[in-house]
Amino acid sequence: MMTCPVTRRTAALGIAAASLALLAIARAQGAARVVVIGGGFGGAACARALKRSETTLQVTLVEPNRTFTACPFSNEVIAGLREIEAQQFGYEKIASDGVSVIAQAATAIDPQARRVTLADGSSLSYDRLVLSPGVDFHFDGLPGYDEAASQKMPHAWTAGEQTLLLRRQLEAMEDGGVVAIAVPANPSRCPPAPYERASLIAHYLKANKPRSKVLILDAKDNFTQQKLFEKAWAELYGGMIERVSLSQGGRVTSVDPASNTVITEFGNYTPQVANVIPPQRAGRIAAIAGAADTTGWCPIDPMTFESRLMPSIHVIGDACLGGGIPKSASAASAQGKACANAIVNLIAGRAPETPRLTGVCYNTVAPAYGFSLAGNYQPKGDIFAEVEGGATSPLDAPPERRAREAADAERWFQTITAATFG
Amino acid sequence: MASALINVPARAKRGDVVEIRTLTSHIMETGFRRTAAGDLVPRDIITSFTCRYNGTEIFRADLFPAIAANPYLSFFTVARESGKFEFEWIGDNGFVSTASASITVE
Repeated sequence: MMTCPVTRRTAALGIAAASLALLAIARAQGAARVVVIGGGFGGAACARALKRSETTLQVTLVEPNRTFTACPFSNEVIAGLREIEAQQFGYEKIASDGVSVIAQAATAIDPQARRVTLADGSSLSYDRLVLSPGVDFHFDGLPGYDEAASQKMPHAWTAGEQTLLLRRQLEAMEDGGVVAIAVPANPSRCPPAPYERASLIAHYLKANKPRSKVLILDAKDNFTQQKLFEKAWAELYGGMIERVSLSQGGRVTSVDPASNTVITEFGNYTPQVANVIPPQRAGRIAAIAGAADTTGWCPIDPMTFESRLMPSIHVIGDACLGGGIPKSASAASAQGKACANAIVNLIAGRAPETPRLTGVCYNTVAPAYGFSLAGNYQPKGDIFAEVEGGATSPLDAPPERRAREAADAERWFQTITAATFG
Repeated sequence: MASALINVPARAKRGDVVEIRTLTSHIMETGFRRTAAGDLVPRDIITSFTCRYNGTEIFRADLFPAIAANPYLSFFTVARESGKFEFEWIGDNGFVSTASASITVE
């Protein structure tokens, strides 16, 4: 699943880069330094857009992993429809654009001195800092669950080893087993993804272990594109997917990894495979920087993505409180580009332009069966609000339409990963 | 789907403080909303909840329009003796729902 906003600022960025006046100002100030922490869809898109729109900027991308593993389409990996290598991308092309890529974790931030400390003890000074750290798991919010528990009850909510672990557990499960998916309340990364995952796991089970079931234990009553999902489940998997909603007692309150037990407010479940998606908050460096509030997320000025708590620090992607924009790869990418544009304007002493983000969110529930939701978002107060012009796939559509949308989803992934990493 | 969910520990030691959780499915229509045509949607809420432990009332709550759909109530009591908890929800339009759960106190 993924969302695919494209900023309408892309054209404006090109114009900004060509502006002789802007170049003159930037040169007069000396090369401004922008450090971007986090090399996912948001940070990578932001670093690249900064460098491409204003070549005199010193842009540094701080990311400890040398290979990025993408979350969108990782549900296909879990279901055996795709290999993990198709999810993996390097930073070489970003570096060849002139971005300095440093394979280190950021460990501390001094907002007064405007300095980032890295794991090896070295430090980087900045004029503007961009945080794109994604999500961190909020283990206190789910007693019994922690890093060790995730080796037994995988979350698979960061792509990579966790994705493969869940896949191996499904492959090892005997026919007739129950696969439970514990779904947290919002805000969380990629709200429709648990339901896409349930669908694709059912697809795998139907073909390989047809007596098995998928049980969704949900901390929500309603979810995005619910009618489309439920129709697809009835059409494709009749009865294989059962969902216990919040008001049916579905909220998971704790887990016991030793017995593989998932505990809800009103009952205990002992599935053969437990995919426990814990509650989330902004990636740890956001809290270290002082940019996260008591919700665990980062309030921003949606015009510039600048933190409401820490001046000169911008927060994009899953970590920010984006309002109506779902936390997703494409939202992060669109925000990264819009944030880059705002930073170029701020450094040049110009007023930021109003970002208009457009997103398309695809879900694939079986091979050749996809649907989508498109939305437009603009700043409203402290958040982004959805504005008119959005559309969701019709509830009744011929198989050709579902097949076309599944192909569109694949094409979207090729496009966004090529634009970000290629 | 059960209209009421109850979570009472099946066993407890005498004198233990035990948590009781209840959740009942109800729209809790406030009576303040209007339809697209401008007509007031009539109020339809649960107005009271009671819990009896072997016949003695141990917990009561009055509910009001500001309470969200599917009211969830959690409360505590001391496990004194084996027996039965009886739960009753009463609301507008003659709404009555009951449930019960047993506990063994050792």
